Formats: sequence, structure tokens, C-alpha cells
Amino acid sequence: MRTISRRTAVIGAAALTVALAVTGCSKASTGGSSSDTGTSGGGGSSNLNVVFIPKNLGNPYFDASDAGGKAAVGELGGKYSQVGPQTASPDAQVQYINTAAQQHASAIVISANDPKAIGDALTQAKQGGTKVVTFDSDTDPQYRDVFVNQASPDGIAKAQVDGIAKQIGDSGEIAILSAAANATNQNAWIALMKKDLAADHPNIKLVDTVYGNDDDQTSFDKTAALLQTHPNLKGIISPTTVGIAAAARYLSTSDKKGKVALTGLGTPNQMKEYVKDGTVKEFYLWNPTDLGYLAAFTAAALVDGTITGKEGDTFKAGRLGEYKVGANGEVLLGDPTAFNSSNIDKFNF
Amino acid sequence: MSTTTYRAYAHPLWRRLLLTREAAVIALVVIVSLWAYSNVPYFGDTLTLTYLLLDTTTILLIALPMTLVIITGEIDLSVASVVGLSSATMGLLHEHGVGMALACLIALAVGVVCGAFNGFLVGYVGLPSLAVTIGTLALYRGVAVGLLGTTAVTDFPKDWTSKASQVIGSSGVPSVMIVFAVLAVLFILLLHFTPFGRGVYDIGLSSEAATFSGVSAKRTKLLLFVLTGAVSALAGVYFTLRFGSARGDNATGLELQVIAAVLLGGVSIFGGRGRLPGVIAGVLLIGVISSALRLQGVTANVISIIIGLLLVLSVISTPVLARLSDVAARRSRARRSGPGPQTVVSQ
Repeated sequence: MRTISRRTAVIGAAALTVALAVTGCSKASTGGSSSDTGTSGGGGSSNLNVVFIPKNLGNPYFDASDAGGKAAVGELGGKYSQVGPQTASPDAQVQYINTAAQQHASAIVISANDPKAIGDALTQAKQGGTKVVTFDSDTDPQYRDVFVNQASPDGIAKAQVDGIAKQIGDSGEIAILSAAANATNQNAWIALMKKDLAADHPNIKLVDTVYGNDDDQTSFDKTAALLQTHPNLKGIISPTTVGIAAAARYLSTSDKKGKVALTGLGTPNQMKEYVKDGTVKEFYLWNPTDLGYLAAFTAAALVDGTITGKEGDTFKAGRLGEYKVGANGEVLLGDPTAFNSSNIDKFNF
Repeated sequence: MSTTTYRAYAHPLWRRLLLTREAAVIALVVIVSLWAYSNVPYFGDTLTLTYLLLDTTTILLIALPMTLVIITGEIDLSVASVVGLSSATMGLLHEHGVGMALACLIALAVGVVCGAFNGFLVGYVGLPSLAVTIGTLALYRGVAVGLLGTTAVTDFPKDWTSKASQVIGSSGVPSVMIVFAVLAVLFILLLHFTPFGRGVYDIGLSSEAATFSGVSAKRTKLLLFVLTGAVSALAGVYFTLRFGSARGDNATGLELQVIAAVLLGGVSIFGGRGRLPGVIAGVLLIGVISSALRLQGVTANVISIIIGLLLVLSVISTPVLARLSDVAARRSRARRSGPGPQTVVSQ
């Protein structure tokens, strides 16, 4: 008898606990949703609340862009937060999008890890009144309001061609050290560079294009081979951050240092030592801090209704000036930034 | 008669229930949920429940067979790669115009084959599962990424993808939980209520003894790895439909989250001990904690530190709990039977 009653008591207690938990939960859900309506309160810029979701945390590139975003939201008097996954995977990003949507953030500013996989989560966020701005890496256009594009292909090609022309005196042989032979963006840039060269720099002759596959060692070896096969080479353009760093490392220890010009797309942290030792005079990349700054202002403009994301809308982006929404809901940051000995110490990415 | 003698020496039922890892983990889930409900804004939303369950479904599913595998003293590290391979298979087939139902079935079959390969090497060839599945982790992931390259297949029919995140009525519970509930009941029955399940524990405690008592360790292990492969592939199908994106690198690193949750749920990594309800609570505990912390604005690395610490604490707590119940038992024995033979021995 005694044992039976004890068992009954235990079962009873367990049942009670479960019942409490269940009622607790249901009460929780009603309580929560009523407080929702209280705090969401539309999206006037007075309660601007912008959530930055980079591809992953601990990435210097995104640290730089997020710093720009933070500065912009600060200027606007809003609330800024930065959350994101540890690894650059779309499923982990979805959790942060959902959370931001639940908190009724006025805008999400995100660099997408997948153009489609985070789409449903973004759509739900938009339905809940949150504005969605993508930057650096876009989703399919229907999932976001505006994409803040870091650079146009034309701008990237022109900056590098003009750069090498300036460095070699607008005449002589040059070569290109690219990434993979079938890399879409690389090939688009190379085609545009050829067009620019033919149109504006007839005395510069592109003698070779080699592929380092975005591998440090391969790019290093290809640079060595280029210099051997083309003894009159005056300049190299490497429109890839891996390639330009490997080429600079080779040049810095070869007797061609300072004689063969090198430019392209690189990051300041990788290139700092080669700019300081004179191997590289100037290279290019968009400025991620400006990119984040512009993305935050774009988000704020969407929230306060200055723009809706349709072509032709214009808005002011603080210190960067006036911007216009282009085709496909894209805002273009502008020309790439030139990095050289005069400014390279100011950047950390 | 013998029952009374046993009862005199055993811990009372409430103590046996309270001092188990399952009970501790379940209690923690309840406590953390209640705390979050009253302290974390928006945690009380039904949406929180929906997202929490949608996010943990993949881990919940794979944790079921993984529990059985770990109880036999083995491990399967290739599960996340099977998720990726099943996803890539689905994507490739869909791209080539194969119907969705058939594509899902073939993806499941791929999982069965992957599991059988692991199971054959571990059970019949007798290789250590840690080594085998580290190998197949790389192998299956390599094939998965090879199948689709860097591209993602994303044009799955809307009526299939929407099913993956559908919710039952206004409950906030995703429909996919029905699939999980059915599988959970089946696995609980298999592990806790059949001779096969007792065999699983026997193998974990002593493979030789199990063999002598008529349990075929080979066959059991093969079957468990096949089940793990199949359920991982199912999780891959769900993952693909939920995100509408088939990629070879889907779910990279998920295997460690699954194993962490299983261990947190009270399963011994050395095998022979653990129960499924504890594991399910373990997965939910991680889910609830991450969800509450995310809503608090805590960043991913801090969440990961907290969950890591929790796991370490839970591993430390196992001997502590055992010690506690041991001391309690000795005391009650001493009280009931006076200076018994044990006391003599200890002097």
C-alpha cells in the first residue's frame, strides 16, 4: 500500500509539473503576443532599430562594414546591433533573421550566404514590417527591398586599367594574373579591361593572361613564370586578392621589385607590407566601412519612407552624399577606393 | 517476499527518478523555459516555438538513431555528410527532371547505402567506428560537393518547400514534428521495450558477454548504422525543402551538435547507458537556451561558449550524481539494517 501510494504521488507530481509547464507556455504565448503590438509601433526613424547580419562573425571585412553601419545608425540616433553565425552557412543565418523579425527590428542589413535559402525567412520578416537591405552579397531580388552593391564591373575594370597606365607611363607590355579560368566575375572584368585598354590606352599591350586559381602557391609560381617568359613586362594586374598578394610576395624578393608595377584588387591588411617596401604603389578595392555606412543609411531611408526601393528613388547618405536607386533595386556604392602609402594605415580589414 | 528485500536496499523511486540525468535535463528545460518566458521579450510568442522546433528538427531526428549507436559504444561522425549527400542527390535529380517523390526516395536510399557501408566496416570487418566514420565524413561530403560543385539547386516546387515549414493550425508546432513524434515513439519502443533494445545496451556494456547471451553484435551494429544513414538522409530531405536549397555543403558540422545533444541528454560516450527521453530533452535544452539568448541579443560565439560549458558541466556531473546516489544509498542501508556486512568489510 505504502509503495503504491508513493508511486501515485510521484506520478501525480509529474503530471502536475507537466500541466503547469503547458499552461505556463500557453499563457506565455498570449502574454508575448499582446506585448508585441505594444512595442512594434510601426517604424518611424525615432525608433530606428537596425540589425546587421554579416556572413559570419570574426571576419575583418565584415568587422569593417559593421563599423560603418554602426557609425551611420549612431548619426541617425537609432539602435544598432550586430548578430550572426560563427560559420558562413545559410541555415545559421536564418535563425538570426527569424530572431530579428520577432523582435520587430525596423530593418535587417544582411550579406547573404545563399541567394535563395534565406529567402523565406526574409519574406516573413518583410511581412512583419521589417525592411530588408542586402549588401556585399545579394539574394534573389524578390526577397529584399534594396541591394547595396559595392562596385560595378565597369568601375572595377576602369580603376585597375587607369591605375596600371598611371604607374607604367601609359605604354608597354602588361599581363593579367587572374583566379580560375572559368570564374564568371573575373572573366567579365578582364573583358571590360581589354575594352578599356583598346579604347583609352592604345600603347599598352596585354601580352598574357594567366590563372592562379586563387591558390597562393599557384599564383606565386605563375608570377615567376610570367616574368621569365616576358622579360619586357612592365606591369601586372591581378584582380583577385589572393593573386595580388602572392604576386607581391614574389616581386618583393625578386630583382624586378620596383621595376615591374603591380596593381589589382587587394585588401589593405594583406598588402600593407608590400606597399611599405615599395613593391606595390597603389591597388584598389571598395571600402567596406563605406559599404556598411551606405547600407545603414539605405535601411533608414526605407524605414522612414524616403525610398521604397523602386528605380529612381533618391536619398541622402550622411557624409557620402546623395544616392539613387538603380535598376533591380540596386544602390551602387561608387568607384573603388585606391589604397596607397598615404592612406593604407587607416584601414584594418 | 524478495521484492520487499529488494526495496529495502534500493533507493526510493522518487530518488531514483530525481537523481537521473534525464530528470535533471528535463527539469532544466522546464526551468530555462519558464525563466525565459518571464524575462526574455518575445520568448512567449508562438513563433518562438515554431522557429525553435524548425531549427532543431534536423538534430532531433538524427539524435534518435545516434543515441542507439552511442549506447552500443560506437559513434557515427558521418551523419552531417549524409545530410549533405542526400541534399545534393535530391538537387541533382530534380535538376534532371526527376519527380520530387522519386527524388526524395532515392535520396533516402543513398542514406541507407551510406549507413550500410559504415555498418559493414564497423560490424563485419570490425574496424573502429571513430576511424571509419571520420573517413566517410570526408568521403560522403566530398561526393556531395562533387555532385553539385559550387552551385545550389533552388527551384524546388513551392508546394513541397512550403510543407517543410508548415504549422499545425494555430498551435505554432510545425507539421514536421508529427514525423519526428512517430519516429521518436518507434525508436523509444525499439530501444526500451524490445529484446533488440536490451541487446543494444548489452553490447555497450560488454560486447563479448552480449555475444555469449545470443545477441549478434554484428547484425545489431549494421542495422543501427543503416538506421542512422536513413534518418540522416531524411533529415537531409527536410533540410533541403525547408531552405529550398540543395547544396553539397548543407549542414556542415552538424554531427558535433548532434553528439553534443546526445551526451547532454545523459548518454555515456563509453556506451551502455542513456535513455531517449533524456536525449530529446538534451536537444530541446540546447534549442531553448540558444533561442532565448539570441532573443536577448547574445552573439553566436557567446552562445557557443555557454553551451560548451553546459556540456562540460554535464559530463562532470555524471560521476558526481552517481556518487551522491551512492552515498544516499549507503546511508539508508546503514540506517535500515544497522551495522551490516559492508561496514565490517570497510573496517
